[in-house]
Amino acid sequence: MITEENKQGLFFMHSGDASQPYRYTVGTWGSKFLTELRDHKQFYGIRCPKCKKVYVPVRQVCGPCFTEMTELVPVSAEGKIVSYTILRFQFLDPETGERKPIPYGYGIFRLDGADTNFQHFIAVPEDESRLFIGARVRAVFREERRGSLRDILHFELVAD
Amino acid sequence: MRAVALCLCPFEGGMMARRVAIVGSGQTYHSGGRTDVNAQEMITEAVVRALESAELTIDDIDGIVIGNMDHFEGINYVDTWSVPATGGTLKPVIKLTTGGTTGTTLAIGGYHLVASGFFSKLLVIGWEKNSESDTTAAITTAFDPIWDRLVFAGAIGGLAVEAQAYLARYNHKKEDAARVVVRDRKHGANNPYAHMQKEVTIKQVLSSPPLADPLHFLDMCPRTDGACAVIFADEYSAEKICDRPAWILGTSVRHNAAFSTDVNFDGLKTMESAARELFHKTGITDPLEQLDVIEMYLPYSYAGLIWIESLGLCKKGDGPRLVWDGVTDMGGKLPINPSGGPICANPIGATGLIRVAEAALQIQNRAEKRQVPDAKIALATGFGGCFWTDLVLLGAKKP
Repeated sequence: MITEENKQGLFFMHSGDASQPYRYTVGTWGSKFLTELRDHKQFYGIRCPKCKKVYVPVRQVCGPCFTEMTELVPVSAEGKIVSYTILRFQFLDPETGERKPIPYGYGIFRLDGADTNFQHFIAVPEDESRLFIGARVRAVFREERRGSLRDILHFELVAD
Repeated sequence: MRAVALCLCPFEGGMMARRVAIVGSGQTYHSGGRTDVNAQEMITEAVVRALESAELTIDDIDGIVIGNMDHFEGINYVDTWSVPATGGTLKPVIKLTTGGTTGTTLAIGGYHLVASGFFSKLLVIGWEKNSESDTTAAITTAFDPIWDRLVFAGAIGGLAVEAQAYLARYNHKKEDAARVVVRDRKHGANNPYAHMQKEVTIKQVLSSPPLADPLHFLDMCPRTDGACAVIFADEYSAEKICDRPAWILGTSVRHNAAFSTDVNFDGLKTMESAARELFHKTGITDPLEQLDVIEMYLPYSYAGLIWIESLGLCKKGDGPRLVWDGVTDMGGKLPINPSGGPICANPIGATGLIRVAEAALQIQNRAEKRQVPDAKIALATGFGGCFWTDLVLLGAKKP
């Protein structure tokens, strides 16, 4: 704790570098998804037996049907842009404590074979106008993969 | 079997569902940094003003509901440490929190408690001290650590993709959204409690620093410290407390998704669904004609276009026309955000409750310079989480 005093003589107490680490349970389906991503660069979705919707990321329950899902289905690492933005301001990333270099792209994608969207970074081409809703994209994987969404470096435009 | 079912009536044993009204409210003078008061002191300001407005004392209050979003200050359990500050000593205190919708959840939960007959005069408090942390980083911690947080671009990036999809779908312009900011900033200049009380021009909005395409700095709500307290009373006491209570006509709540990627960008589905329910049960067939004023939780300018379409004020894609025509300005057919809305003050855990308090002030004819003449039906909205919606309809006539 560090005390700060302003010009009016009012005090502020900084929390300093204190942090509270957590250990989050990923669960059975999420662990399978991340294993496939890490070992085979393969995306999986999970299909609802009632409405047949394929969810990415995977989860156990289809919300609208409130039905348990157990059928994993392979989903393409390619798809199209549903929406995107280019971030031009820096905010503190609570996961890393870093400020990401700007500008960087953030996209919402519909992978081929999925019925929900998947979000990730998108590489911003020099000519920014090449990014548009509906454009084809694919995942670019890291060489060293550890079983997290960060095993994907980003998505990039599929050259036409 | 039938006899058993009848006995399961929740109001068995003399308890009856009661009509409920708002009889008073109080707010702090919201600002970007209330460095002169800590959270407890700030909460007390709103509580004292609410009690004064209803001409009640803390002894008249039989329960307290309070809420905020803990992660903005990193201090959990406000229900515990706020007790002396709220007047909650030796009273029942309940905490409610639901993300951005916290303020409207507080109002709706308070309404339910009084309607149940178990409380007759309830004090409801929402607050936030957003100056105490990095708001975007704190919001990110509300999202799933495995699937959302690692790549999520914060609340601003999350809203930017909604805006981008809307512009592309209808070929609308950034100027259309800037016109919403011009309106709310103009209205905010009439509100002594607003954090932002200066008008801006479309040119100023579009030349403010770009944050995340297509959003500029002035498209977004500010980061605000503030608190709001509202007193709910049952039908047996409301009319004794004040001449013109603001009656709750109906509420509706919709949460639909866990991951931010589960929503589609073709209108706010939770708003569409909540509005259908609320308008059906309160007999509203044409909201543009029948509502007198709306206090809307607009965290950013584009919501003032997209979500009024989802509310059913016009057909999809027509939001800009309504806004440019002045329909939603003060003096227009259906003024939106006479207070300036969240674009002029956004202490997040209080913001939804401020919408309800401001809507009640309109019904009570106590909104002073921001009063819509003769307002009889007012709608307040809440927004939060994964594109969730809360709606609260208030009226001058006892339902």
